Amino acid sequence: MKKQVITSRDVHLFYGDFEALTGIDLAFNEHEITAMIGPSGCGKSTYLRILNRMNDLIPNVKITGDIELEGKNIYAPDTDVVQLRKQVGMVFQQPNPFPFSIYDNVVYGLRLAGVKDRAQLDEAAETSLKAAAIWDEVKDKLHESALSLSGGQQQRVCIARVLAVRPEVILMDEPTSALDPISSTQIENMLLELRSQYTIILVTHNMHQASRISDKTAFFLQGRVVEFDDTKKMFLNPKEKETEDYLNGRFG
Amino acid sequence: MDPIKEAMLHRSKAAKLERRGRWISFTCISIIVLVVVAIFSFVATRGLATFFDNKVNLWSFLSKTTWSPAVKDAHGAPQVGALPMIVGSFGVTFLSAIVATPFAVGAAIFMTEISPQVGKRVLQPVIELLVGIPSVVYGFIGLSVVVPLIRNVFGGTGFGILAGTFVLFVMILPTVTSMTVDALSAVPRHYREASLALGGTRWQTISKVVLRAAMPGILTGVVFGMARAFGEALAVQMVIGNAALLPQNLISPASTLTSVLTSGIGNTVMGSLENNALWSLALLLLLMSLAFNLLIRWIGKKGEMK
Ligand SMILES: Nc1ncnc2c1ncn2[C@@H]1O[C@H](COP(=O)(O)OP(=O)(O)OP(=O)(O)O)[C@@H](O)[C@H]1O
Ligand SMILES: [Mg+2]
Repeated sequence: MKKQVITSRDVHLFYGDFEALTGIDLAFNEHEITAMIGPSGCGKSTYLRILNRMNDLIPNVKITGDIELEGKNIYAPDTDVVQLRKQVGMVFQQPNPFPFSIYDNVVYGLRLAGVKDRAQLDEAAETSLKAAAIWDEVKDKLHESALSLSGGQQQRVCIARVLAVRPEVILMDEPTSALDPISSTQIENMLLELRSQYTIILVTHNMHQASRISDKTAFFLQGRVVEFDDTKKMFLNPKEKETEDYLNGRFG
Repeated sequence: MDPIKEAMLHRSKAAKLERRGRWISFTCISIIVLVVVAIFSFVATRGLATFFDNKVNLWSFLSKTTWSPAVKDAHGAPQVGALPMIVGSFGVTFLSAIVATPFAVGAAIFMTEISPQVGKRVLQPVIELLVGIPSVVYGFIGLSVVVPLIRNVFGGTGFGILAGTFVLFVMILPTVTSMTVDALSAVPRHYREASLALGGTRWQTISKVVLRAAMPGILTGVVFGMARAFGEALAVQMVIGNAALLPQNLISPASTLTSVLTSGIGNTVMGSLENNALWSLALLLLLMSLAFNLLIRWIGKKGEMK
C-alpha cells in the first residue's frame, strides 16, 4: 500500500453559521494525482484551502476535525503555518505572478527562506523552470517582467515558483480553467511528469482532464464527498447514483 | 407640413440642450486656459525682466549668496543672489519629506495591512482633519511650541530650517500618508495570497511584495508632499526666521523662496529692480512646481509600464 501523505477525518468548516463542509474523510497517497470534482459551490476550493491553512486569512471561519500531514495535525496550536505552506504549495485559478521579473518570481520563495547565494538561486530557477516546461520559452528573458508573458506561460511560471520551494504536496485550484486548450494540455503533461516527485491535489471542472491525468478522484456534492475511488473505476462504473448523474452531465 | 418633416427641420430640444452644454463647457475651459496662460506669461515677463532689463547675470542670481536688491556691489551690479533661499527651500522640502516618509509608510501599513478597522474608524478621520487645518494654524503652533522648544534644547533663537522642517513634516504627513494608503490598498489581494502560500510571513509579504508593488504610488505621494512643502509660504515664514542668509546649520535663521516673497512683496514698487527680483523668485517657484508635476507624471508612467 502507498504511503498516505495527507489524511483528513470528519472535517467540518463553517463560514459564520453556514456549514460549507459537512464531514470530509479523504486520504491522499504519495506521488499520486488526486482530482476533486463537483458542481460549483460544493466546497472544493474551501477544502483545498484547508490543506495549507489559507482559510486562516478569512475572518469567522471555524474548522473542526482532524487533518494530518505525515501524521502531524496541521491545526495543532504549535503548528508553524509558514513551514506548512512551504511543504504544501498552492497554484491558484488565475495566474498570479508578482509584478517582478520572471527570475525574481521563481526564486521568491527561496529568498524568503534566506537563500542569497547567486549560483544556488540560478540553479534553482533553471531546474524549476525546466520542470514546469517553460524554460525554453523564457530562458532568454529571465529578467523581463513576468506580466509580459501569456496567461499559460504565467501559470507555468507560477508553478515553477512553487516547485522552487521543493514542497511535498502541490494544491491546484482549477489551474487551467483560465487557459486555452493548448496551454492546458501542456500543463497536464507537465503534471504527469511531476507526479513521480510530488503529491498533487487538483480541483477541476474538466472531466476529461480528471480522467486523463488523475489516479484518484473525489466527487464533492454540497459540502460532502459522495464518492472517492480510483479514477478509472469511478469513471467507468460509479457506485453512487449521484456520481453517475454528474459524470453523465445530468446536473451540475 | 406633416409632423415628421417638421420635426426633422427643427432642431430637437435635446440637440439644443446638447449644443448649449457644449458651448458652456467650452467657454469655461477657454477662460481657465486663458487665466493659466496669463499667469505664466505675466510671471515670466516680470521674472525675466531682472535678467534682461536689469542685466543681472542668471548664474550669479542662482549662485550668489547676498540678497539685497536695493544695494549695489563694488562693481555697481545689484546684489540679487538667491542661493540662500534656494538652499532654504530645498532644505526644508527634502528634510521634511525624508522625515515624513517613514512615518507615512508606517501609518499606511498599519491602516491597510495590520488593523484596517482601527485605520478606517480612527486614523482616517484624523488624517482628513489634519489636511483641513489651515496652514496659519500650523505656523502658529510652530511659533509658540516648536520654536521655544528648539531654543531651549539647542540654543540660538529657535528659528531656522529645523523648525521649518518640523512644521512642514506635520503638514505633509497626512498627504503622503493618504496617498500611500491608496497605493497599498490598490495592490491586488492575490499578490498577498501568492506570497503567503509560498511560505512568506506577513512581514515578508508586506516588505517584499506589497511595498514593492506599491512603490510608484508611494513615490508619487512623496513627491506630492514635497511639492506642497516647497510651495508652502505662511507656516514656514512664521518659524524659519526670515534671514536671507546661507544657512550654516539647521537652527540658524534662514529663509525660503516663498518666505522672502510673502514678506517682501508689499514693500516694493512695481517695475523696480527690487520688485523684479521677487518676480524672478516667483518664476523659480513656478518652474519647480512644474518640475514636481513632470516628476509625478513620469513616476506614474514608469509604474504603469510594468
Ligand atoms: N469567504 C466565504 N464566506 C462565506 N461563504 C463562502 C466563502 N467562500 C465560499 N463560501 C461558500 O462556501 C461554499 C463552497 O464554496 P467553494 O468556493 O469552496 O466552492 P467550489 O466547489 O470551489 O466552487 P467552484 O467550482 O465554483 O469554484 C459556497 O456555497 C460558497 O458560497
Ligand atoms: Mg473553487
